[in-house]
Amino acid sequence: MTVNAQRVLLVEDEPQMRKFLRAALVAQGFEIIEAENAAEANIRATTEPPDIMLLDLGLPDMDGIDLVKRFREWTRMPIIVLSARGRETDKVAALDAGADDYVTKPFSVGELLARMRVALRHANAGTTTPEQVLTAFDLSIDLTRREVKLRGVEVKLTPLEYRLLVLLARNAGKVLTHKQLLTEVWGAAYASQTHYLRVYTAQLRRKIEDDPARPKILITEPGVGYRFRDS
Amino acid sequence: MTDRPDPDRLLSRIHHEEARSNRAKLKVFFGFAPGVGKTYAMLQSARRLRDDGVDVAIGYVETHGRADTAALADAIETLPRRRTDYRFTVLDDFDLEAALTRSPKVLLVDELPHTNAPGGRHAKRWQDVLDLLEAGIDVHTTFNVQHLESLNDVVAQITGVQVRETVPDSVLDRADEIELVDISIEELLTRMREGKIYGLEQAKRAADKFFTYGNLLALRELALRRVADRIDAEVRTYRETNAITDAWSTNERLLVAVGPAPGSARLVRATKRMATRLKATWVASYVELPAVKPLSDANRGRLETNLALAETLGAEIVRLTGARVSEALLDYARKHDVTRLIIGKPTHSRLKDLLRGSLLDEVVRGSGDRDVLVTSGEDENAPPVEPHSKIVAAGAPRWPGVVAGLVLVALATIVGHFGRALFNPADFVILYMLAVMLTAARFSRTASLTASLASVFAYDFFFVPPFLTLNFADARHLLTFTMLFVVGATISTLTIRIRRQEQDARTREERTAGLYVLTRELATADTRDEVARVVMSRLASAFHRKVAVLFPAGGDLQSASRDLTFGPQELAVARWTLDHGRPAGVGTDTLPGAQIVCIPMISDVPRGVIAMEVGAPLTTEQRSFVDVIARQAAVVVERHALADEARSAAIRARTEELRSDLLSTVSHDLRTPLAVITGAATTLRDAKGLTIEDHVSLYDSICDEATRMERLITNLLEMTRLETGVEVKRDWIPVEELVGSGAAQVDLRGRDLRVAIADDVPMVAVDAVLFPQAFVNLFENAVKYTPAGTPIDVSARVSDGRETVIVEVSDRGSGFAAADGEPSRLFDKFVRGDQKTVAGVGLGLAIVRGIVEAHGGELTAENRRGGGALFRLSIPLTGEPPAVPTDERPL
Repeated sequence: MTVNAQRVLLVEDEPQMRKFLRAALVAQGFEIIEAENAAEANIRATTEPPDIMLLDLGLPDMDGIDLVKRFREWTRMPIIVLSARGRETDKVAALDAGADDYVTKPFSVGELLARMRVALRHANAGTTTPEQVLTAFDLSIDLTRREVKLRGVEVKLTPLEYRLLVLLARNAGKVLTHKQLLTEVWGAAYASQTHYLRVYTAQLRRKIEDDPARPKILITEPGVGYRFRDS
Repeated sequence: MTDRPDPDRLLSRIHHEEARSNRAKLKVFFGFAPGVGKTYAMLQSARRLRDDGVDVAIGYVETHGRADTAALADAIETLPRRRTDYRFTVLDDFDLEAALTRSPKVLLVDELPHTNAPGGRHAKRWQDVLDLLEAGIDVHTTFNVQHLESLNDVVAQITGVQVRETVPDSVLDRADEIELVDISIEELLTRMREGKIYGLEQAKRAADKFFTYGNLLALRELALRRVADRIDAEVRTYRETNAITDAWSTNERLLVAVGPAPGSARLVRATKRMATRLKATWVASYVELPAVKPLSDANRGRLETNLALAETLGAEIVRLTGARVSEALLDYARKHDVTRLIIGKPTHSRLKDLLRGSLLDEVVRGSGDRDVLVTSGEDENAPPVEPHSKIVAAGAPRWPGVVAGLVLVALATIVGHFGRALFNPADFVILYMLAVMLTAARFSRTASLTASLASVFAYDFFFVPPFLTLNFADARHLLTFTMLFVVGATISTLTIRIRRQEQDARTREERTAGLYVLTRELATADTRDEVARVVMSRLASAFHRKVAVLFPAGGDLQSASRDLTFGPQELAVARWTLDHGRPAGVGTDTLPGAQIVCIPMISDVPRGVIAMEVGAPLTTEQRSFVDVIARQAAVVVERHALADEARSAAIRARTEELRSDLLSTVSHDLRTPLAVITGAATTLRDAKGLTIEDHVSLYDSICDEATRMERLITNLLEMTRLETGVEVKRDWIPVEELVGSGAAQVDLRGRDLRVAIADDVPMVAVDAVLFPQAFVNLFENAVKYTPAGTPIDVSARVSDGRETVIVEVSDRGSGFAAADGEPSRLFDKFVRGDQKTVAGVGLGLAIVRGIVEAHGGELTAENRRGGGALFRLSIPLTGEPPAVPTDERPL
């Protein structure tokens, strides 16, 4: 446990959910501040700036997505959205509005902590020098030499495949929406051409996955986007 | 008579009383002249009610600037008035809509006979009041005796002032309480002179005409008598209930003959008064004579007004047909036990009676033991009744007929001239008669009479010596001439009558045929819209007007026509018609300012409304035609409604059955994990001496069971979503990714998933979130029914015709037993294979089928060759997948 415990702002209107998350996160050494609604969240976030925010999308006084947008106007603090199953459009909207990741209720604490760790790591990445070699399982990507190797054997990638892979790998552990990926790799004009993305991920999987039908690195998040898993 | 009251009568009284206590109450403050203090009395009573805590409001009160009245009114809540801009002035009027919205317990509405400012729902305020009562609002109102419909002409006779605003007697009869507001005539006149009633100036003028001592005396007597009559009736009711038997007057039934003459209105009012005195029911009848020319439009309009008056005064209206008026009246009287016939005094000349027979005479002779009353019918100031319209439509020239008649006579003369040698004198006469008859058969009466006259002259000129002069030698010929003319005229009359009867018969036949066609078409109409279409096309072809049929849909009215557009006013008319089951719009009393007339389609309850755009009110015949169609259509609509009800009852029953299936399975499958979770959690909390291993295993149970429950709930929600119609958001996706993202959501418990996708399988257009759920459920099913360690195979290929992509998921379990029946039954909800040990609700495969079918595909199941189950999904290939620019250049 560190002295400077990281502070989590938990915005959730269900008292039972707050109770369970408080117990779980305090046990992990986080400091918890809580808010039941958007108004309270605003106040608490400005008076005691948190390191990370957990945000339930169904708030009584404001649309969660609007709250994400409002926060993104002044802070880069990681935001993880807690959302219900079957609300893929909400998730995508929250992510495109600037949220860092999401977990679907019901979730296990392990899953949530993993997401939080990834989000915090990416948030702090700006302060350290970026790594030159990214790895995941048997795969390594050498950014300076623009070289991709699977179990030491070089994999031939096209420029677009390479850009897509690097983008995902740089954000390892974090979900990227179709729109974010298409805008970065193909350009804003292609933001809705999801089939480009599907074809290229399929190609990539055939080159870097052992079983492309059961990928362990390039994970599909149905209806949302893709995630690069490095462990 | 026994001292016990007649049970039937008692029962009817009880019903009446019950109806009364439930419905809203009408209280009338009744006076004999303006200024007696009705409004003041009404306000005072309202004050008392308000002080007792009753919710009282003023809908409309006219204080005429009287300070004491205004002071009284100020203390009571006053509803806003309706303001109408009308010809450079602003009219203030009672606002019915506001009153209905506010809906107080008791509402004060002054001056019942008032005619509403244009733009309101009704023409008359008393109609507003009836709506209020219908809406359950008690109404207190005021009016004076001279406005009572049945006394209207009496008042006119006494005072010389024709009161235009009248209220039907039925409204006063409807009143639950009548309070007579009475002061002495001397006092009234004093108040009048002091200007307390109207302004001083106005008072002088009014006093001259209306407020004479004599007038007031007579009016006061009328008012007192009217109220006394009512009290009399109440006393009788009281006696009946209290078993005070009394000589009950025999059941009288009056029949009044009504025609288009303005005098008929007086006849109607006289009959009403008589009926009231005798406590008799009465019938107003009009006799239609098919053999006689139809009434002109103006006369038809007056007749309808008279009949409508009779109806508002409480008469039953009958329309009789017959060869003679007297026969039809007497026939009806005999069949319906009419005790008195009321007929207007004749005003035509005696000659007409001699020629056509006197109605009066015939009725009196045929009346048997019935009384016949003859009262003065005609009003000397009234405009003369228009003569019957001509058979040849007005405006059509008559001269071609005349010319043709003359030509025919000339032809007869020529034939006679050449046949002179063969014919004897009588034959010439026959020849001319033939000419007259032919003229009559084809042309107007004028033409045939002209032909008769011409025949006489031609006969005299050519065939009666001395020839070629109009002189005649023998006086005998004068008789021949007369006979020739009279016979010619009679033939023409008879022929024309036959023609008219034939025309009528044809019209009737056409109408009957039309109705027959309508009935047949309606019988085959399967839906309400179809009924509407039939009705609209029938009416449109009959009237050449824009027609619409409206049905209630939800809380709204839905029009099944595109020709007739409905503005707010038209909709209001239609809505009123539907709510009240009575016609409204043009030619009726309700919302007559509209552009349309609305006729309700009633069978038990109003089922819909026929709306027609009309310029002028419909004639009786047109109305009855529309009525018949409306009735027919209503019956069909009712039949449909009943059938729908039966159908939805069947659906409800099936849903009910499904729901109970669901409840029994779901309650078991939800309770088991809950029981485990509760048990494990309480053990962890309360039990002492648990080992670490115990802890771990209990925690594991909680997690596993929670997961299982989550899965179950997800499936139930998914199923509901699929059944209520899910929106499929199609994206182009490789089959491999669909299988993969499905597999990623299932714990295969170490089973091998072997995926083989043919190279030529293109991307498919499916929902990226929904479709993988099909695989999730198939894989879960495989995990459930196969031994650990066996592989699951997935293969995909394109069908032979390149129409579908076929994906097969097969396992190495025991497959389907014959006992499971048809494998397709497995896709029904809540059906599970023959392995009782396996947990689950049996929703999985139903969900798979739902998803596949939502994408237009199919799901089948069979036993895999070599053992195990095989599920086959087909996904339709719709269109070409979009091209993706390739990027083959290596890095």
